[in-house]
Amino acid sequence: MNCGAIKQKLAAIGAEVSETEYARKGFALDARVAPEQLVAAVSALDAEGFFIEAVTGVDWLGEQAALRKEAEAKVAAEAKAAAAAATAAGEEPPPAASPAEPGELPEDALEAVYDFNHYETLCRVTIRTRVPRSKPEVPTITQIYPGANWHERETHDFFGINFVGHPYLVPLLLPEDADYHPLLKDFRP
Amino acid sequence: MSAFAESEAKETFILNLGPQHPATHGVLRVKLTMDGEYIVEAEPVLGYIHRMHEKMGENRTWAQFLPNTGRMDYLHALAYNHGYVSVVERAAGITVPERAEYLRVITSELNRVSSHLLWFGAFILDLGGFSPLLYAFDDREQILDLLESVTGSRLTYCYFRFGGVYNDIDDNFVPGTRAFIKRLRERMPMYHNLVTKNIILMKRLQEIGPISAEMCRKYGATGPVCRGSGINFDVRKHEPYSVYSEFDFEVPVYDQGDSMARYMVRMDEIEQSLRIVEQALDKLPEGPVMAEKVPKILKPAKGDYYHAVETARGSFGVRVVSDGSNTPYRLKLRSPTFSNLSLFGEACRGMLLPDALALMGSLDLVIPEIDR
Repeated sequence: MNCGAIKQKLAAIGAEVSETEYARKGFALDARVAPEQLVAAVSALDAEGFFIEAVTGVDWLGEQAALRKEAEAKVAAEAKAAAAAATAAGEEPPPAASPAEPGELPEDALEAVYDFNHYETLCRVTIRTRVPRSKPEVPTITQIYPGANWHERETHDFFGINFVGHPYLVPLLLPEDADYHPLLKDFRP
Repeated sequence: MSAFAESEAKETFILNLGPQHPATHGVLRVKLTMDGEYIVEAEPVLGYIHRMHEKMGENRTWAQFLPNTGRMDYLHALAYNHGYVSVVERAAGITVPERAEYLRVITSELNRVSSHLLWFGAFILDLGGFSPLLYAFDDREQILDLLESVTGSRLTYCYFRFGGVYNDIDDNFVPGTRAFIKRLRERMPMYHNLVTKNIILMKRLQEIGPISAEMCRKYGATGPVCRGSGINFDVRKHEPYSVYSEFDFEVPVYDQGDSMARYMVRMDEIEQSLRIVEQALDKLPEGPVMAEKVPKILKPAKGDYYHAVETARGSFGVRVVSDGSNTPYRLKLRSPTFSNLSLFGEACRGMLLPDALALMGSLDLVIPEIDR
């Protein structure tokens, strides 16, 4: 087993795999998959003898707004630089481009993050999949790794990600009647 | 195997083990479906001491989270310190002076020995032998005294800082530690003669609670649990962090997968930790214990960072997501016993209740670390 082989396997499934700098990041492969490719990707890791470290989530609330703001700032800075260059060259500054009509923001995402490691070879693999916040549905991987059962329950507790097909998706760490998800960024106690 | 029920369950009843039960070592509840003395189904119920450390991490600065790390696994707090400071140092690009890394290793390994000693005493207590606990606490007390002189606390240590450790050792630490190593080496044969070779203990542990290597992999078991099932996996060797690559030590591995194997792994690890401490004391370099110019307000670059350390119970990993601000955007704590306990339901199916308690003890549970 080596890291390169599993990278090719994941890429064949359709994952967007990138090698990360291990010393700086602490993991070797970072793979983005669509939710429907998740089971295939995890099965490939299982066939290579990986063990499951953890499943968790990240709430990217506000990311789309921040990305747009960043893009707008970039456009504004470029226009300003062009105007300054034109003035310096003694030309009439070009008319400022009218700002593009701000369309509907794309929906922010919830990310499910799966960590895998190998007992013999040092190769930490991170698999991520993104789902819309309003309909966070990810297929379960408990049929492949029974150890994912508790990790998925915990992630459901904290983020409200619905692991479709999970045999027993009830609160694990939160009280049994909990109907809130504390790690969502818009959670108010 | 004689310990397994032979026929299908006909009439079952529910037995609650915990949340207040001496054998669960904390507030863990196990809902057992019993067929007479045999377990049909076991469902651990968690969350009684859940404090949401991960949310706490998101609303305080990077440094303010440090004391929390010592309050998860209170028996091996220094390893949790180590995991967290390492991941933040990796994210912020801080290099640590060599002397500080040596002190981290020495104190972490002493802490590991104290954790194993407490487990040893409490485990035999679970099985009905009272006196080993008193002997183990006597030895553990020496370590607590040593660590108290360096770290200032006896249990929930918060000794490491980003860029080093907060306090250098005093003049008594090195001779005191050497004296302790000598003392414990003299005591270990006594433990083996009194406890390991005891026929009652052997009957309670051998071939009881088998966990296969494949089961470890499917549930993500690490630490002495997987090493008792023949898997040679130790983060200190697998991805040597800190200065562990400079020491000569072995990873004890036993193939049997029963409770006895896990017992033996931990007993052997005590000696290996002592070896590491001894070598580290010999090679301890002079110099500062804190990196210069560590910014007061840390703002690590955007991105994901991961770092794992080997605690007394297995691989503890921290994943941080930084958005470039002075607080973590997301902090995931991967605790080893959470995964180790998750295989309990499958492993104890069909076992006698007292054998299942022996199996649970051999997993070395620390509940605040599972519930976080």
